[in-house]
Amino acid sequence: MAQPVIEVTGLTKRFGATTAVDDLSFAVPRGEILGLLGPNGAGKTTTLQLLLGLTTPTAGQARVFGLDVQRRRYDVLQRVNFSSAYISLPTNLTGWENLHVFARLYGLRRPRPRVLALAETFGIADLLDRVTGALSSGQLTRLNLCKAFLNDPEVLFLDEPTASLDPDIADVVRETLRAQQRQRGVTIVYTSHNMREVERLCDRVLFLSRGREVASGTPRDVMERARQQTLEDVFIRIARDGRLTDSREAEG
Amino acid sequence: MASRVLGLLLRYAYLYRRSLARSMELFFWPVMDLLVWGFLSVYLERVAAPRAVSYLVGALILWDVLYRCQQAITLAVTEDIWVKNIINLFVAPVRPAELMVATSIVGVFKAAIPGVLLTVLALVLYDYHLLALGGALAPFLASLLLFGWAVGIFTAGLILRFGQSAEALVWGIPFVLQPFSAVFYPVAVLPGWARTVALVLPSTHVFEGMRAVVAGEGLRGATLIAAFGLNAFYLLAGSLFFAWMLRRVREKGYLGKLGME
Repeated sequence: MAQPVIEVTGLTKRFGATTAVDDLSFAVPRGEILGLLGPNGAGKTTTLQLLLGLTTPTAGQARVFGLDVQRRRYDVLQRVNFSSAYISLPTNLTGWENLHVFARLYGLRRPRPRVLALAETFGIADLLDRVTGALSSGQLTRLNLCKAFLNDPEVLFLDEPTASLDPDIADVVRETLRAQQRQRGVTIVYTSHNMREVERLCDRVLFLSRGREVASGTPRDVMERARQQTLEDVFIRIARDGRLTDSREAEG
Repeated sequence: MASRVLGLLLRYAYLYRRSLARSMELFFWPVMDLLVWGFLSVYLERVAAPRAVSYLVGALILWDVLYRCQQAITLAVTEDIWVKNIINLFVAPVRPAELMVATSIVGVFKAAIPGVLLTVLALVLYDYHLLALGGALAPFLASLLLFGWAVGIFTAGLILRFGQSAEALVWGIPFVLQPFSAVFYPVAVLPGWARTVALVLPSTHVFEGMRAVVAGEGLRGATLIAAFGLNAFYLLAGSLFFAWMLRRVREKGYLGKLGME
């Protein structure tokens, strides 16, 4: 494995009696797309929040570019970005205004060429003058992704970026992400409930259940170990059984 | 740092340019207040109370400075929660201090723009000259600005911790302070326990000082020292409180949920 860009060691987050992330350790090499998967409440979003320093860990450590996220948070944030289907941009600003503001926040000196190039890449160049609140969810997702690429991030954290998108637009988004990864070697940590999408996009997957790692490897490896035809079947098994192999098989 | 503060200022400039309602709000309520209080003062002056216009209209214009500064900071955080943009800000390399500096600068503009309008209107409608406060005006304004920032930073910390459920605090906290600040009456009319509260607020010293200047007693140095000393304390306390709240929400995992409520 190449030098990891992300290293997670014994990461644990407890909220009172609930353990959201339980002694999680993994590493992500440069240029990999890692699918962080699992049923609702598995700890995916909390893990992303820990990696972004939005939440402080109870124990363990998350390092990005070799820097402790808690201690060197702003140095890390300068080089990463985040997008989620569940957050938005100020609705009463136009697309251009929103991207211009965030370009400044990420320290871009001449934002216009970068904003226009990204808008072209994500197919929203003709929407930049439109107020963000008037955009469809697909257009808004692409605007959010433009925001996420503004600082030319080396690591991108994406929380269900294609949720609520129609299949056509979701496909465009996936292709764009793949292209960015190929061209620029961006490392992407990706959560999704769409297992077909994960199979097509992710180099490696990491399944969580109740905050713990249940399985990791390439999608094909994981399917073979679980003796399942699709990643969706693996997901269902983990969601129901909390483990990769069927409990009856294990007993047998 | 300058680039990020400018970026945040750009965001608020776009916001006000785009929203007619928001721009109108800057002027509408202060002007309505000025009309009601101004005409009441004119009436009071005619029946019994000399200098009522100077006391009440002057106090109203100065109070608006504190209120606008507090609102600018707290509303900035609240609005980013409303539009689910708060996470975007916290995953950008924007330091909390930069956010506070930018919103404090917005507060200066939010206070200055209606302040100038109210001063002109007061002159036209009631023949009241705010500038007649002379050399005392600048330290009074500065003191109210500082206290507005301190209260705004404190309230923003509460909003960060309790989210939209604490929204009422955005509007309510200045009005909790108002009766104790002796804005429209001397501190002497307050009962003993309330007077104790009043004297630990910098705003009380400003309004007491203003009345002294209007009464021809001149600017008291002790008043300014008390006001600025208390402001320094509240700014420090407000900033520490905000930092503590930010640490708590990161520990509790609330920050991640704030924008997704």
